[in-house]
Amino acid sequence: MVSNVQTPAVPASAPMFGRTFLWSCLLIAVLLALPLVAPRYWVYFAGILGINIIATHGLNIMTGYTGLLSLGHAAFVGVGAYTVALAQLHLGLPFYIAIPLAGCAAAVIGIGFGLPSLRIRGLYLVIATLAAQFILNFVFVHWQSVTKGDVGLTVQPATVFGFPLNNETRVYYLILFCLVVATWFAVNVIRSRVGRAFIAIRERDLTAEVLGVQIVWYKLVAFALGSFYAGVAGGLLAYFNQFVNPEQFGLLLSVFFLSAVIVGGMGSTLGAVLGAIFMTLLPEFLREGALAVGGTFGFDIASILVPLREAVFGLLMVAFLILEPRGLAQLWKRARTRFSRSDNVA
Amino acid sequence: MLRVDDIQLAFGGVKALSGVSVHAKTGMITAVIGPNGAGKTSLFNVVSGFYKPQSGRVTLDGEDISGLRPHQRAYRGMSRTFQNIALFHGMSVLDNIKLGAHTKLKSGVLSAGFRLRLTRSEESELSAEIQRDIIGLLELDRVQHHPVEDLAYGLQKRVELARALVMKPKILLLDEPVAGMNREEKSEMSRFVVDVRKNWNTTVLLIEHDMSMVMGISDHIVVLSFGKPIASGTPDEVRSNPEVIKAYLGAGDELTPAQKATAGARSQ
Amino acid sequence: MNTFSAFLEYSAVGIAAGGIYALIALGIVVIFKSSRTFNFAMGEMMMLSAYFFYTAAVTFSLGIFLGVVVAIVGSIAVALLIERLALRPMMGRPFIAIVMVTFGIGSIIRGIVGMIWGPNDLQIPAILARTPVMLGDIFIPGKTARAFAIAVVIVGGLIAFLRYSRAGIALRAAAADQITAYSMGIDVRRVIAFTWIIAAITGCISGILMANVNTLTPHLGLVALNVLSVVILGGMNSIGGVLVAGFIIGWLESVTGWMLGTEFREITPYILVLLLLLVRPTGLFGTKEIERI
Repeated sequence: MVSNVQTPAVPASAPMFGRTFLWSCLLIAVLLALPLVAPRYWVYFAGILGINIIATHGLNIMTGYTGLLSLGHAAFVGVGAYTVALAQLHLGLPFYIAIPLAGCAAAVIGIGFGLPSLRIRGLYLVIATLAAQFILNFVFVHWQSVTKGDVGLTVQPATVFGFPLNNETRVYYLILFCLVVATWFAVNVIRSRVGRAFIAIRERDLTAEVLGVQIVWYKLVAFALGSFYAGVAGGLLAYFNQFVNPEQFGLLLSVFFLSAVIVGGMGSTLGAVLGAIFMTLLPEFLREGALAVGGTFGFDIASILVPLREAVFGLLMVAFLILEPRGLAQLWKRARTRFSRSDNVA
Repeated sequence: MLRVDDIQLAFGGVKALSGVSVHAKTGMITAVIGPNGAGKTSLFNVVSGFYKPQSGRVTLDGEDISGLRPHQRAYRGMSRTFQNIALFHGMSVLDNIKLGAHTKLKSGVLSAGFRLRLTRSEESELSAEIQRDIIGLLELDRVQHHPVEDLAYGLQKRVELARALVMKPKILLLDEPVAGMNREEKSEMSRFVVDVRKNWNTTVLLIEHDMSMVMGISDHIVVLSFGKPIASGTPDEVRSNPEVIKAYLGAGDELTPAQKATAGARSQ
Repeated sequence: MNTFSAFLEYSAVGIAAGGIYALIALGIVVIFKSSRTFNFAMGEMMMLSAYFFYTAAVTFSLGIFLGVVVAIVGSIAVALLIERLALRPMMGRPFIAIVMVTFGIGSIIRGIVGMIWGPNDLQIPAILARTPVMLGDIFIPGKTARAFAIAVVIVGGLIAFLRYSRAGIALRAAAADQITAYSMGIDVRRVIAFTWIIAAITGCISGILMANVNTLTPHLGLVALNVLSVVILGGMNSIGGVLVAGFIIGWLESVTGWMLGTEFREITPYILVLLLLLVRPTGLFGTKEIERI
């Protein structure tokens, strides 16, 4: 508790959109130029990163801001991916319809699973999302006539004015566009009446209700919005990989998104970005590390990589929850204040 | 303005309120007092819509709101503060206050997300209004950008009052507004409540332990004891009512209401 | 064989398999009672125990009896470690954060097991005889029947223990009201640790039994997630209700597996959960608590 609040220090929440805007523009410019200078593998990687950030934004809106824990986020990403594949296969829809449609399909199916339990408090929603994870994955695998089961579906590249997005760089720009819109949208929602209602529900739902917030409605909105983001991410993933199969959307991916939200910092849009970046990079480092170690000791690395990843995701999740529940975003903020302070001194 | 008629409320077999009626008249400060466990907070929860009484009615401006959910009551101009501070952590003071204006704004997700004109204009109007009417009145300008959990207790109480005020409520319910405060903070809070009524002619219904505050600012007082109304009237009438004196003496300690008030302050 | 007797047979097999689920459910519910923690890592604790058993009994050729002892000791050690390192620091935090911690622990254990023992199926030494048991005309596979018998004995023993022992009474006091329990001189932290020990034991035995009936893989524990789901929905208040929930899952899996195809077994509990949420959103035996704001 700070009893002496008369200190003139300006906290980070003070208006400074002007500077943030400049930095954002600069960042976007760099990202636009990336494929011109960076090797192809980097571009591929940046594409995956963008998709993961979009999906993490979605889970952060649900879990981080509104306090609705979802253990089935990957399944909704899967719904989006299959929607794109099927919309293209059967209806021949172009990407600018298919991707919003992927978001809507995920939102509708998400609500279908979530609605009964969103009406009540407690753990019921967690269970409903767990059910969604297993049931949807089951559908992906076993509804052979539609999903082609474990084999999966192939996806043709998206075309823009007859120009096919048939390599990483071209899809990268599509992803970058969606990422910028998605991030901007999330930031806007959070600093509005709607975002305030989300946080209020997370912190004290009954108090929020007294102040006029319709709890069930806003939970529904948060859940639908989060699932929409998941669906869009899935749709992009389908165009990016040019195939869709059930294996991509297992429980491990849900754990991945959840740990990204936690590690980044629940209830922080910056956190979602940082968390997704960190968690996407981590397996690469793990692989490099394991390869180095394995090269030295000569054992089979490939077989332990997947479980290693699973263990590390879990470990980070637990460690951050216990030690720094506000995640990397908080560490970032602290580092920045320290930096600007030493700046002032100098 | 707000009428509470003949409320009966029981949990299981335990009677919390029996036959309680309160009338908060427009532009007046009405207080409900009574010893601990008299049913004051239960009464408030009935008024805000958390508890469904077995019988009795709550009417606001002539409309029967007994069957409405808490958020619907907020839309009809009812707002309240809480005995145990119920601010939203993770938000700044300003955002907490803005949340109080939820019922006055219209933006939905799409308008907010795409920052359409509706959202831009209502957000900037709200900010201007808060700066003009609330921040100055409650002297919160220095702390408005601080995370709310960093504030001292008395200030948090004030933020809660601010949050309840932004919607310009028809009826303001204050649940023990000075509980746990020191003498200085108490007189400050009393002044704020009086200022609010003076500025906006807001009707206030408050429940409070602290007799000196209640006696100082209320126009009308209702006394509860064990869930039953035992007296009502102006502060002077209540002060001299033998039933009231008995109820307070019977509540366990041999204190006059005024002494009890100061003792209450110390024990918090 | 006519349809009805097939139904009876699948039902019997299912209820027999449900014995193991009841054991898992018991482990979940004791922890919940002591500390309001939903242990999403229960399945992984169970799976890890089976690997302990495998390692002791097969890799180190200690034999079945010593293998079980080692597995139980190891499971208890792991459970206490989890409780001490991960859950005690989380006391008083929102339940959602605690759920995420246990879920993360499950992920850690799955990963570690995968790294050490690999992703492939392992055969653990047969503890249970294969000779089928006949109930009149009804044929129950030997392992399932014997696993059921063992599960019932252990569940019964634990319930008696919880009912009559001092520790059980302390647990009930702590479950009713932690603060009052403190003031009565009950060390709630010890009670919590004690329930983790019980969960470790039930998890260990159910893990070994399960690995005997099926095979041992790192995914063995996923079954506990659906037990947990049904148990939460059934209401965590009564141990009896929770046990019934375990038997119901076993029965349902078996019967739907028979009627719709075995692949439906794994999602049956979740479909049940969703249907229940539709009809009885507050849970089967759930009671509405009076909110204090």
